[in-house]
Amino acid sequence: MAPLDELFPRDREWQPPALTPDYKTSVARSPSYPLLSLQNSVSETTGPVFGHDMLGPLDNDLLHNYATPGESAIGQRIIVHGRVLDENSRPVPGTLVEFWQANAGGRYRHKKDTYLAPIDPNFGGCGRAITDDEGRYHFRTVKPAPYPWRNWVNNWRPAHIHFSIFGHAFAQRLITQMYFEGDPLIWTCPIVKAIPDDRAIGQLIAPLDMNATVPLDTMAYKFDIVLRGTRSTLFENRLEGN
Amino acid sequence: MQPLDYQKETPSQTAGPYVHIGLAPGAAGFDIFEKNFCPNPASPTAAGEHITVEGLVTDGTGAPIKDVLIEVWQAAPNGAYVDAPTADFTGWGRIVSDFETGEWSFDTVKPGPAEGRSGHGKMAPHITFWIVARGINIGLNTRMYFEDEAEANAADPVLNLIEQQHRRATLIAKRTERDGKPVYRFDIRVQGDGETVFFDI
Repeated sequence: MAPLDELFPRDREWQPPALTPDYKTSVARSPSYPLLSLQNSVSETTGPVFGHDMLGPLDNDLLHNYATPGESAIGQRIIVHGRVLDENSRPVPGTLVEFWQANAGGRYRHKKDTYLAPIDPNFGGCGRAITDDEGRYHFRTVKPAPYPWRNWVNNWRPAHIHFSIFGHAFAQRLITQMYFEGDPLIWTCPIVKAIPDDRAIGQLIAPLDMNATVPLDTMAYKFDIVLRGTRSTLFENRLEGN
Repeated sequence: MQPLDYQKETPSQTAGPYVHIGLAPGAAGFDIFEKNFCPNPASPTAAGEHITVEGLVTDGTGAPIKDVLIEVWQAAPNGAYVDAPTADFTGWGRIVSDFETGEWSFDTVKPGPAEGRSGHGKMAPHITFWIVARGINIGLNTRMYFEDEAEANAADPVLNLIEQQHRRATLIAKRTERDGKPVYRFDIRVQGDGETVFFDI
């Protein structure tokens, strides 16, 4: 049997813990017993593969993928681009990246969202892309607005875009949120602050990227994503007696 | 001393209450993509024993988590994980619960026993689960095993890692039949009495 491409263990001091009481919903939705640590087997080191045939031509253009032909979503036009890398700085090619967000008023197109801001008839709020050979992805959208949510009496989420990334192993599966450089709400948000280390929070803040901006057209933000790295087996870990 | 130049994994954030917009827009109430993902890892024409898996995810108060999203990953009936999906079998499914009740289900074929770590022999047939929702800061990983595989379960290297023997039962789905088809019930308790065993994988 071929040796496994084992993953670097997840750094649980870098990742948010399950229980973060200031984010109230986590209190009843966090396991009270510790996670049981597993060494990887094929169930963790393999994962699903998605082909380009899954994607439609407008899947990475949120300005138009739900708009009436000839119209466009309302809001500040932005490009979001970046690379998916692993902890060894190697690109992760051919992986599915999905994203979803509120509109330019802070309203989601979801039957459970009842915020006052209006639905934009030309904005769905979701898209997807598959990374190229260098791990790159990009999409076009409007900048989402902050919106209020029920936690303390007066909480507002910083503007954010949700990301879902697969990688090549099921144990790399990740969901996160991208924030925008300069947003003062980032440092007030109990969901953001579920992450214990400010340097880790910094990893979620996309800088304005003037080099990728299209003059007279669209501003750009750069957001790189790092998935768990794999290690080559230097010496096989053997059971006693083998 | 030389610096270690590894990057750090991007920190996780909750999938939030509107995860369906991005990952299952039909459930959010709108139609946008030409092609959508399927909850079922296997089609009705796939080879193997066809089964339904269903359950409820509950929180520490015992209430159903009605906005949960689950992804599953499993081996084929021959015990191998596929590296190229076919029309009949992808091994992967994305499942959304019923917003009113929290009940979820999917159809698949029963996986075979996959190879364990070197020297560990085969693992008992199982399906790997990844669970996200509002209030869950980082996706929860667990495994579902099959009640009718008692012998394989007793020898499974992962089940045997669970020190408190009675907690192993939290990973074993109960088998019943409905209209002649096997149905496995797998209730997941995120916290509290009968708390499901979750893994750091």
